[in-house]
Amino acid sequence: MATDLHRHVSVGAVRVRELNKSFGDHRVIRDLDLDIQPGEFVVLLGASGCGKSTLLRILADLDRDITGSVEVATRRAVSFQSPRLMPWKKVWRNVVLGLPGKPDRQRAEAALAEVGMTHRSDVWPKVLSGGEAQRASLARALVGEPDLLLLDEPFSALDALTRLTAQALVADLWALHQCAVLLVTHDVEESVKLADRVLVMKDGVIAHEARVELPRPRDVTDPAFVALRAELLGHLGVGVH
Amino acid sequence: MIVGLAGTPGGKRRRHPPRTLVKAISPIVLILAWYIASEAGWLSRHTLAPPTDVLSKAGELISNGELQEAILASASRVGLGLFFGLTAAVIAALISGLFRVGEDVIDAPIQMLRTVPVVGLIPLLIIWFGIGDQPKLILIALGVFFPLYLNLFAGIRGTDPALIEAGRTLGLSRFGLVRHVVLPAAIPNGLVGLRYSIGVSWLILVFAETINATTGIGYLINEAREFFQTDTIVLCLVLYAILGLIADIIVRLLERVLLAWRPTFTGT
Repeated sequence: MATDLHRHVSVGAVRVRELNKSFGDHRVIRDLDLDIQPGEFVVLLGASGCGKSTLLRILADLDRDITGSVEVATRRAVSFQSPRLMPWKKVWRNVVLGLPGKPDRQRAEAALAEVGMTHRSDVWPKVLSGGEAQRASLARALVGEPDLLLLDEPFSALDALTRLTAQALVADLWALHQCAVLLVTHDVEESVKLADRVLVMKDGVIAHEARVELPRPRDVTDPAFVALRAELLGHLGVGVH
Repeated sequence: MIVGLAGTPGGKRRRHPPRTLVKAISPIVLILAWYIASEAGWLSRHTLAPPTDVLSKAGELISNGELQEAILASASRVGLGLFFGLTAAVIAALISGLFRVGEDVIDAPIQMLRTVPVVGLIPLLIIWFGIGDQPKLILIALGVFFPLYLNLFAGIRGTDPALIEAGRTLGLSRFGLVRHVVLPAAIPNGLVGLRYSIGVSWLILVFAETINATTGIGYLINEAREFFQTDTIVLCLVLYAILGLIADIIVRLLERVLLAWRPTFTGT
């Protein structure tokens, strides 16, 4: 039966115990435990269909049909694979949409400045490029100063060059805001580049966990980086020869 | 020498005439043909009065004030009918679009009723409300209700679920979701419905004014029919067209303001 055990914690950013989630007979998440410390950058890595996006949706409180206990920081924000800006609101109004009270232009501009989008604050979202829209979406997520930022494959729809800039931007924003981040991705290199801790998810369980102790900003040609990437690919079941 | 793809060799660009001029060509040709046919005697005055007669009739009816009176009577019928019909449509679409109970209670009967041709109700409306202005207003209100209701309902239900989810993660309340996500998403459809409704309103006015009207454009037409005054009839038809056009222009302006966020394809 569906139970809703969402409680809000002030200690950690996320605390999940014995989480189970099924779609019909198919168990997508099995007895999953997860802890994320305040300020920690965790990357959830997995092939498509492994349950990683489902887990993120549960943490975002978009799916309550679960069993187990889930505690998530009250102030949390989500940025999706597609930017999901309201096309009928100018960019700056999109950024402050969730804030209480009257739309605060100054606050929107400050958030847009962090992502380098000040010059685009007064345009309609439909005229933004993919990378710009994703940056606006990040500004919208961060404007409320969340304790937990949930990112669902935010770079996967971007072209390779834009993706590199966007990854660097997320790293900078994380350093600036010091919020906990859970980033869901299937990109191994991205996970090693950004994470404090990489979790490899497979068949609804966390199959492997790796701490990334490399100094930031990380160099993809560093032998330790290459080795860790190979290790994680191995855990994903992709051999590198 | 390199010649650009868009240019023609020799540096001379062919100038296109302005589009408004191009659009005006076919109506002008038609009116000219009508005039020539009348002058040449191919078109009898009793079949169709020549355009010159229509113009002089217009001058006559304007100078004695009959035309203004008729336009005012017809326009206020359409205006009131639209007001009541559209208000009811918006309320009904909101209730059935936003609440599942509302859909079951309101949408099901409306879907059944919409298949009934509205003008078929004229005899019943005369029995219930007589032959005054009341049945005319009700007829127009009923006619304009359905197009707006159906489109607005579809628009509300067609809201992108991804945007609703995004709104939820931003912490919007139910009311906030309706105001910032669902209603703006339904506006494009709603405007399509509004255009249909306004088009239908003039159509139904023509029918409504055949119910023993003593004022209005329809009254002028009926009276002219008695005396075979084809000039008056044509004049009234032109009036209907002009009034319909004005209504359409108003909706288009509304679209330009409300849908400014939508990049539109204007054709080449």
